[in-house]
Amino acid sequence: MNKRSKLARAMTDLAMRLVSSLAALVGILALSWIIYEVLDRGAGAMSLAFFTRLPTPPGIGGGGVANALVGTLAMVLLGGVIGVPIGMFAGVYLAEFGQKTRFGDYVRFATNVMMGIPSIIVGLFVYTLLVVSLGHFSGFAGAVSLAIIMIPIVARTTEDMLLLVPNPLRESALALGAPRWKVIVEILFRAAKAGLITGVILAIARVSGETAPLLFTALNSPFWMKSLGQPTANLTVTIFNYAMSPYRDWQKTAWGASLIIMAAVLFLNIVTRLTLREARK
Amino acid sequence: MERKQANHNRADAVFRLATGLCASMVFVIMLGILFELYRNSRLSIGQFGFRFLLSSAWNPVTDDFGALSSIFGTLVSTLIAMVLAVPLSLVIALFLVELAPPALSRPVGYAIELLAAIPSIIYGMWGLFVFAPFMSGYVQPALSDSFGFLPLFSGPPMGIGMLSAGIILALMILPYISAVMREVFSMVPAVVKESAFGMGATTWEVTYKVTVRYGLRGLLGASFLGLGRAIGETMAVTFVIGNDHRLGLSLFSPGNTIASTLANEFAEASAPIYLSSLMELGLILFLITFLIQMLAQVWLHRLQKGTGRA
Repeated sequence: MNKRSKLARAMTDLAMRLVSSLAALVGILALSWIIYEVLDRGAGAMSLAFFTRLPTPPGIGGGGVANALVGTLAMVLLGGVIGVPIGMFAGVYLAEFGQKTRFGDYVRFATNVMMGIPSIIVGLFVYTLLVVSLGHFSGFAGAVSLAIIMIPIVARTTEDMLLLVPNPLRESALALGAPRWKVIVEILFRAAKAGLITGVILAIARVSGETAPLLFTALNSPFWMKSLGQPTANLTVTIFNYAMSPYRDWQKTAWGASLIIMAAVLFLNIVTRLTLREARK
Repeated sequence: MERKQANHNRADAVFRLATGLCASMVFVIMLGILFELYRNSRLSIGQFGFRFLLSSAWNPVTDDFGALSSIFGTLVSTLIAMVLAVPLSLVIALFLVELAPPALSRPVGYAIELLAAIPSIIYGMWGLFVFAPFMSGYVQPALSDSFGFLPLFSGPPMGIGMLSAGIILALMILPYISAVMREVFSMVPAVVKESAFGMGATTWEVTYKVTVRYGLRGLLGASFLGLGRAIGETMAVTFVIGNDHRLGLSLFSPGNTIASTLANEFAEASAPIYLSSLMELGLILFLITFLIQMLAQVWLHRLQKGTGRA
């Protein structure tokens, strides 16, 4: 050890303990500050009309974001319908067939890269693929970009969860003569159920707050959604457009929409965590 | 019986093929993004060539575009975020793993993780309406009073700008970095730490001289992951960075990042060369994040091999 006095060393230790406790406090304070402001400012916009009516022009009160709520739900749902099965199957391949194969390694690499790609890039990609070629923005394109973001997340959690299932379970099922696909679908999926559901819900929570991939795909709309084949209203792009507007009542609406999104996302996160803990018991 | 076996085999082959196809889709999408971005930026690449990377022009009227101010803004805001987030994550991980009693460590760790769950656009709202006024009202005046002689902290305190964007980015990547760092910390064998304690080392000395050295590569990998997140972060930055294409030395000055420029201007761009320049910006961002991810993966992969963990 060096020759510094015991006291100086003890003081450094104490100082660093303080610093690290303070840092943790900073993190908690930041979280509480954000949650508090969104609750406080968003609560002012809450009313029945907010959930049931169309948006109004600035200056005319009484409007809502009902169309955006429906649009977001529809796109997240369709995104999930497309993305979850593909992601799960990809995860099954990685865990059950692609261990230690070169193709499996490539896919695993691509999955990790795709998880780190900025979501706005996905938006650009889907724009060139589905908006330019079809000639118009659409909720369908928005759902596809959300699906593309979900696929790698679901694939990774599926792989992780299936790998947690002990091998003797696979072996005994196969020894009984069950075909591979049956073993996976009926036994492994069942054994890993809690983890798989958690992964899917977290992926859904993640994309329901996404804005960037919807900016050039779903765009936004002041009207009710008639089909996903046209520009579709959604909460996150509404927040962006309204927050950037100079009108006070639109900004208030943006806070209200932020509150809905934040509450939904945090709710999904906390609930999945609690259920997972239950399942582990 | 044999027939049943044949059916089984066929069903298995179909199942395996289906999962393989889904798996290859991930790969195909990745290549598809690269191809589409390149295809759509050919116009801009052809017209501006390498000058695109070095020119700070951004003029939709005269159709003259360059990526320099966006690349500069992306790097500066990310640098601020990293400078703040890496040490902060390190001491938070230290707190959670070594110092806090379990009863405290679990809820605190969970709160930090929740920071990652909050959508980017919420950070943007908070940043624009709450944090930027706080910065211009308190933090920036104090900084220019003390360090105003430095060009870094000169200029009017507007709240929005590089510094605010960097700080918010730091908050956003902090949970990702600290989560990996926590894992790295708990990977260090207890025996190694205990022997240092046995020599009479204090907690901080054990952390600094043993844990950090032992897990250095993992800590670097964690920072890499945070870097990848910060560089492509879009909405929060778009709200607070000010979206200015001029290059400014001051951290108070507004700027733009690649992602914020795309978010702001893409839907409005009508001229083909304008669109193509934006696509090329996207291509640059994709290549940067791709490179970072690749390095992080190779790095962490080697790390796992080195410590004998699968």
